[in-house]
This record gives sequence, C-alpha cells and structure tokens, in this order.
Amino acid sequence: MRIPCPHCGARDAQEFTYLGDANPKRPDGMEATEAAMFEYVYQRDNPAGRFRELWYHGAGCHAWLVVTRDTRTHAIEAAEPAKPTKAGAAA
Amino acid sequence: MRYSAFSLLAQTLAGHKGWKPAWRDAAPKPEYDVLVIGGGGHGLATAYYLASQHGISNVAVIEKGYIGSGNVGRNTTIIRSNYLLPGNTPFYEHAMKLWEGLEQDINYNAMVSQRGVLNLYHSDAQRDAYARRGNAMRLAGVDAELLDREQVRAMVPFFNYETGRFPIQGGLLQRRGGSVRHDAVAWGYARAADRRGVDIVQNCEVTGLAIENGRVTGVETSRGPIKAKKIALAVAGNSSRLTAMAGMRLPIESHVLQAFVSEGVKPLIDNVVTYGAGHFYVSQSDKGGLVFGGDIDGYNSYAQRGNLPVIEDVMESAMALWPGVGRLRVLRHWGGIMDMSMDGSPIIDHTPIDGLYLNAGWCYGGFKATPASGWCFAHLIARDEPHPVATAFRLDRFATGRVIDEKGVGAQPNLH
Ligand SMILES: Cc1cc2nc3c(=O)[nH]c(=O)nc-3n(C[C@H](O)[C@H](O)[C@H](O)COP(=O)(O)OP(=O)(O)OC[C@H]3O[C@@H](n4cnc5c(N)ncnc54)[C@H](O)[C@@H]3O)c2cc1C
Ligand SMILES: [Zn+2]
Repeated sequence: MRIPCPHCGARDAQEFTYLGDANPKRPDGMEATEAAMFEYVYQRDNPAGRFRELWYHGAGCHAWLVVTRDTRTHAIEAAEPAKPTKAGAAA
Repeated sequence: MRYSAFSLLAQTLAGHKGWKPAWRDAAPKPEYDVLVIGGGGHGLATAYYLASQHGISNVAVIEKGYIGSGNVGRNTTIIRSNYLLPGNTPFYEHAMKLWEGLEQDINYNAMVSQRGVLNLYHSDAQRDAYARRGNAMRLAGVDAELLDREQVRAMVPFFNYETGRFPIQGGLLQRRGGSVRHDAVAWGYARAADRRGVDIVQNCEVTGLAIENGRVTGVETSRGPIKAKKIALAVAGNSSRLTAMAGMRLPIESHVLQAFVSEGVKPLIDNVVTYGAGHFYVSQSDKGGLVFGGDIDGYNSYAQRGNLPVIEDVMESAMALWPGVGRLRVLRHWGGIMDMSMDGSPIIDHTPIDGLYLNAGWCYGGFKATPASGWCFAHLIARDEPHPVATAFRLDRFATGRVIDEKGVGAQPNLH
C-alpha cells in the first residue's frame, strides 16, 4: 500500500504510523462527561467502505495526514494535511 | 452415519462410494426459537451446545458464505490456556478441557494434538514475566513449566542460540497446549449440530435486524426474512457491521491478520513455538507444512488479504529465530478479518436490545476459545445469565473501567 503524501509524494505505507478514525474529537477537559469520554476513548464506527483515518508520516515530512481509504479494498481516494495550513503562512 | 473404525472399514471395502454429506444443506424456515448469525466455529459450537446442553434444537445457523470460509478456516490452529488474568484463566482452561474431550463428544476427528506450546524468553525481565504467568496458571490449576536455555535447546536444537540479537534464554511451556485441525472443528460442530436438528443455512447473508419496541423479532436475509425469539451474533470480524444494523456502536475495530504455510517437509518441529522477541509463532502441520504468522497489518480492514510489509516483517522474525527456514519456500498465505477489541479481550453478553446476544471481540486469539465460547454463549442464550467462567466478558466493562487488559497496552486495538 502506498500513501500519496501531499508533501512527499506517493510513499510506502511502512513510512507512516497509523492512528485510526480521524473523526472523533476529544471532549473538552473538565467539562467532559464520563459518557462522552467513554464514547471518545472506546467506541468506534468501524465502517466497511469509505473511511477517514489519521496517518503520521514519521519517515518523511513529519506531518499528520487524513487519508480517505476504502477498508474493503485498501484503495486510497485522498490524503490531506490533518490541519490545513493558513493561507500565506510559511511553508 | 456414526463414524467409527467399523464404518471406516465398511466404506473402505465398498470403495468409499457410500459416504453421505456430513450435514443437510438446509433452507431457512420462516421462524426459529434461536437464530445464530455466523457459521464460524463459535456460531456452530453455540448451536451444538444449545441443542446438546439445553435441549433447544429449533435453531438455525445463518452463514453468508460457506461453513469454514471465515476465520475458523483461516487461523493458525493454536490452542492454549496460558492466560494471566482472573477474568481469562478459568475461561480458557474450560476451553482446553472441552478440546480434550471434543472428538468423543461430537464423534469427529478434529486432530486435537496436545504437542505443547513453548513461549521463548530473551531477557531477565521477560523470564520474570513468564515466571509470574506460569505461577498464576498453576495457582488456577493450569499446567505450566518454566524452562531454562538448555532445556529449550534439547527440545528445539536448530534455533539460533549463539549469534542472535535476542539470544534465547529459556521458555514457558504448556504441554497441554497444541493445535487442532481448524476446518475439522467447523465441519465436526456443523455435523454434530445438524444431527441434533439444527438447520445449517449457507449462502444466506443477514442484511438487516428487525426490532420492535426495543426487542429483536427477526432478520432480513438475502434469502428472505426469518423470525426468531432470540438472535445471537457470532460474526467474528463483522460484529460492528451487524450491530450497526441495530444502531449500536462497539469498542471494536476490524483488522487483518495474515498467515503463512511453507512447502511440506519431513517432521522438523514437534511443538508450537512463539518467538518472544518479535511477534512470530510457528508449528508444523500434519501434512508437513510449517504454519506461521506474526503481527496484524495494523489498520482498519475488511479485505480478507494483507499487504507486503507484514510479510517481510514475519520472514525477518523467522530468519532471526531459525535461520534454516530460509531454505524453504512459502507455499501460500492469506488474511482473515478480526474484531480487535479495545482491551484485547472478548465480549459474551446480551446487548441493550432485548433478545439480541453478542459474541465478539476475539482479536487474534479466538480459535482456542471455540468450544468454551460456544458453551458459555449457549448458556447465556438459554438461561439469560452469564456462565460462571465468562462473567467478566461484559460489554459495559469499558464504560465501568473493568477492562481485561491481558497484555497491558490500553485502549488501542492495533497494539493487542
Ligand atoms: C491469520 C489468523 C490466524 C489466527 N490464529 C489463531 C490461533 O493460532 N489461535 C487462536 O486461538 N486464534 C487464532 N486466530 C483467531 C481466530 O481465528 C478467531 O478469533 C476465531 O476463529 C473467530 O471466531 P469464528 O470461528 O466464529 O469466526 P469466523 O469463522 O470468522 O465466523 C464468523 C462467520 O460469520 C459470517 N458472517 C459475517 N457477516 C455475516 C452476515 N451479515 N450474515 C451471515 N453471516 C455472516 C462470516 O462469513 C463467518 O463465516 C487467528 C485469526 C487469523 C485471521
Ligand atoms: Zn510526507
């Protein structure tokens, strides 16, 4: 499997570390309920098909990417920076 | 037909022309007392024990493919009960005892082979951890022996003892562990369940769950709707997809694990051996092939095939432990999809939906559990209370903090 890193080009998946589902957002600190933390830490959608997931390009540009991949075929549709850079910001 | 030395002899004399299919290829009836979804080892064992232990035989097992097409026919066949935690030990030992009597019980040769499982250690810390595990096992009545390096060398002389980066210091041996012919487990349970009246329905995919007022009433399938009072899910890597049909999320991700078989060679290795410095394990099948595997691929997958990096990793571990295997060719390899649960342990419980029961989260170790999983799941379904050896496998343990973290690596399924 090759991941098309927007900074480095298509690279072997071995250069990356996988973190999982890109959608869950950590509930905010002291305001978080136990139930919300449980959902965030343990519960997963785990879809068969299109999936947005986080990969870290440790052996390349050190950027976090959101990769859109089909979990049934491993075909990759897109790889984007996890946080879009602000217009005009230094590269 | 009951299998026996006599039936085999009679068939031999008749030129093996009289063998009958081992089970009926049943068409689904409109309604059952219990529907078991998933015709893997766990689902078939559940149906068999529902009939044999609880007298409930108006049961169907619904399988989307054919019997044995899932993980029950894809695993590396290792059985053992060398677990550490109180929530696990009695359960896996119950499974081991059931394996020991399985063939007589179901009248089927599953080639249960207690050839010993040897976990190698390579450092003082790992030895101490294995000593602790062995002591915990013996306190729970499970057999365990801590071997030093020379005792290991006497058992498996051909490993790399001299130049390895992680020299072998010894091992933890469970002599009663071993391997079982995996697809014979599926076929044997299917036949035994069928003989007690259970319908084995193949090529029938469950596509929806019918729920009325918080209670499950039946399923939609590719072969039409089927009604049932109780519905039991045992769908290994597909649990999230099935519970999503009932609006439930699970503490589970689906990941692929690969397995490998070499060309057949003369008997080389008597035991199952695991390499403690990497994730690698190997045994030899009765046909002569080395059966081995390693880590999961490590990202969500529903494709029953893996990718090359893990193959390279497994081969490197093999060479580090046992340089001689470099002379062998790999004959075939494949992948299976497993439910990786967030604490690495299984779930046997009823769900918040009345009449819907869940058997899931077996990660890459559920084959050894097959008989106890079926036994305890059948108990739960029949009596609506957990079996004493499976009380810790609750679904709400993640919310209540009662996780069973056997490997101690936390809420990240790809670490288990
Ligand atoms: C490569 C590999 C090696 C392994 N090695 C070992 C080992 O050495 N020792 C060990 O203890 N464990 C091992 N495991 C784990 C073990 O195989 C599994 O945990 C266990 O087999 C799962 O239970 P099962 O047999 O019921 O699953 P399966 O055989 O996968 O049964 C589930 C069934 O559900 C069916 N299904 C799914 N969705 C639907 C639907 N919608 N409708 C109808 N049917 C459906 C599937 O087709 C499948 O047949 C290994 C797994 C893999 C992949
Ligand atoms: Zn990059």
